[in-house]
Amino acid sequence: MIPSSFDYHAPGTLAEAVSLLDRHGEEAKVLAGGQSLLPLLKLRLGQAAHLVDIGRIPGLAYIKEEGGSLRIGAATVEAALERSDLIRSKYPILLETALVIADPLVRNRATVGGNLAHGDPANDHPATMLALGAEIVARGPGGERTIPIAKFFTGLFTTALAPNEILTEIRIPVPPSGSGGAYEKLERKVGDFATAGAAAHVTLGKKGEVERAGIGLTNAGPTPVKAREAEDYLRGKKPDGATIAEAARLAARAAAPTADRRGSVEYKREMARVLAARALRRAVQRAGGR
Amino acid sequence: MAAHKIRVTVNGTLHEVEVESRLLLVHLLRDVLRLTGTHIGCDTTHCGACTVLLDGEAVKSCTVLAVQADGRQLMTVEGLEQDGRLHPIQEGFWQEHGLQCGFCTPGMLMTSYALLKRNPKPSETEIRQAISGNLCRCTGYVNIVKAVQYAAAKQQ
Repeated sequence: MIPSSFDYHAPGTLAEAVSLLDRHGEEAKVLAGGQSLLPLLKLRLGQAAHLVDIGRIPGLAYIKEEGGSLRIGAATVEAALERSDLIRSKYPILLETALVIADPLVRNRATVGGNLAHGDPANDHPATMLALGAEIVARGPGGERTIPIAKFFTGLFTTALAPNEILTEIRIPVPPSGSGGAYEKLERKVGDFATAGAAAHVTLGKKGEVERAGIGLTNAGPTPVKAREAEDYLRGKKPDGATIAEAARLAARAAAPTADRRGSVEYKREMARVLAARALRRAVQRAGGR
Repeated sequence: MAAHKIRVTVNGTLHEVEVESRLLLVHLLRDVLRLTGTHIGCDTTHCGACTVLLDGEAVKSCTVLAVQADGRQLMTVEGLEQDGRLHPIQEGFWQEHGLQCGFCTPGMLMTSYALLKRNPKPSETEIRQAISGNLCRCTGYVNIVKAVQYAAAKQQ
């Protein structure tokens, strides 16, 4: 399968890339690793008259802690997350997420920024970033702005990014001590999109009570789902078995999956509940509770 | 419109070609450069038959544009054998009967090659994880794992 014709642009700087997007508007798409975009173009599910390849812009791939945030450059490939000592030692939730995205060959090309900017509710990073309370940094003609992740996903394959904006960085607040997170995904086989998936991140206070809880669900509706009701329920409570079970039940209530070959609505919602409970249990363990 | 002059080094040889922007890397290799060892399987980023190395990383060449490879180094299955001698990874697939129909083999070889470069002594689990994006529909995975282990031992 060959995509329909388009013009390919390989800008050397972000400013150049933004001005190309500004010039071509809705006709242009950003190409990063291409592991979502190229299959879409090949299957003719999507079309673009112009592809702006940001893969040749230096300085867009990095993983570092700076200014109280973990900063991930948009063009960082998933394989780099897997190999990063910082991620492996301090952010197991991100490692777990990267390891279940597609397969190792795709992860050598697929980027973290692309996984988010694509706006696909079946992608895995959105749930994790919702749990972690990340911020998206975007660059447009007017300069840079940050978008809280909870306001980033606006519809199916749609984000808060304007057509002339490029996602440049993901910022995650460095979790205080007493924090932990985990990602759980149910898939039929390696490389499949999630039947259901849940990310949980918690910070425990001195008495072992939940100070902050973040819960995100994968493939549970037209956009990635932030399970607010469950998050609010957990705050101030000791995360024992019964509390986690109730939080997971509330999280599953936020899920609005559709039936397909991966399962019925009832099955997927039940799996969201089970996975949310597992993710919460492991997050609490990693946070040092029990 | 949409034509680009690109320079790619494939198995050590520099090629300068003019390509359409929508040309996929696998078609550049097979149809333009006539390196037909790289197979097209599913053409949908699943099967890994088209795996080649792009700057040393194993990638699915059905999901990379030829223009994205401009200025970069490629290695295909044709680059494994040197002076008529099989590479240890090829020898492993031969000795351990790591193929039946052979369709997935070029991709399996390239993924295994990249694995052993990064991790010369992989465990069985690491081998299975590394080839999890390469599908063998003869389901000959047991012997494929043995073949990679053979090559790892031979390269020690």
